[in-house]
Amino acid sequence: MSEGNHKQEEKNDDVASKMGMWIFIFTELLLFGGLFLVYAVFRVKYADEFHRAAAQLNTFIGTLNTVILLVSSMTIAMSVTAIQNYNKKLAMNMILITLVLAFTFLVNKYFEWGLKIKHHLYPSSELMFNLKHGENIFFSLYYFMTGLHALHIIIGMTILTIAYVRVRNGSIHAGHFTLLENGGLYWHLVDLIWIFLFPLLYLIT
Amino acid sequence: MVMEDTIKHITSYKGYLKVLIILLTLTAISVIAAWINFGAFSVGVALVIACIKSGAVLSYFMHLKFDNIVYRIMAIGVFILFAIIVGITFLDYLFR
Repeated sequence: MSEGNHKQEEKNDDVASKMGMWIFIFTELLLFGGLFLVYAVFRVKYADEFHRAAAQLNTFIGTLNTVILLVSSMTIAMSVTAIQNYNKKLAMNMILITLVLAFTFLVNKYFEWGLKIKHHLYPSSELMFNLKHGENIFFSLYYFMTGLHALHIIIGMTILTIAYVRVRNGSIHAGHFTLLENGGLYWHLVDLIWIFLFPLLYLIT
Repeated sequence: MVMEDTIKHITSYKGYLKVLIILLTLTAISVIAAWINFGAFSVGVALVIACIKSGAVLSYFMHLKFDNIVYRIMAIGVFILFAIIVGITFLDYLFR
């Protein structure tokens, strides 16, 4: 009886932390939602200039990073399935693959930003200052939105690294894997935001 | 009661792979559509594809389809809230 109660309590705890994670995810969606709103308003106002500025972004790197994030989203989802199926080894490998893919995403982003900065295209640079107002706003939004997204990638990698260590030492297991599940949810959020960032910044030209 | 509560939906590896293939196909369609360039409709096309993709991520990867219905209702509520904010903002910008 007392063990039953204990189990019930633990379960409720899991439900509460997952609910908390979802509420946090909603605040994140609204944070990026606000930025998308700014983008939408200025896009309507400066349609031609946004068009010209967006054409300068590298669609290939953007597409490559989309594929990387989609695959990494699948691998982290699979790691949750693996831990539920008592397959610790596979769960660890899947988290590891996710982390490698996340790092690759950041390396691509480094080269993408690096090339722009080399061409003196960065916030507060003289070149940006002399651009038309709409183009200036586009690149400012590009740096801010992809930068904030990259920060989320780094935070996600940190959470998943902790999950990896805890799967390895056995504190995350088939009976208790909320941290991995919530870390996975956070990672899917990062993917979700990119699904909208990619077409709006790279494709709509 | 406790037993019933602890039953969890486990998505198969194959199921996740199928979702990924759908997502990659949609990404390819979206890139090709941008190439063809539908003019004024290209924003709409890209956004519709992005919405379908995010729906797949939310339903399958984030388990909304199999989880407690509360999460689904909350998620829909957030998207409705965002749609209202966008609607009101544009009413203000376009008709002021």
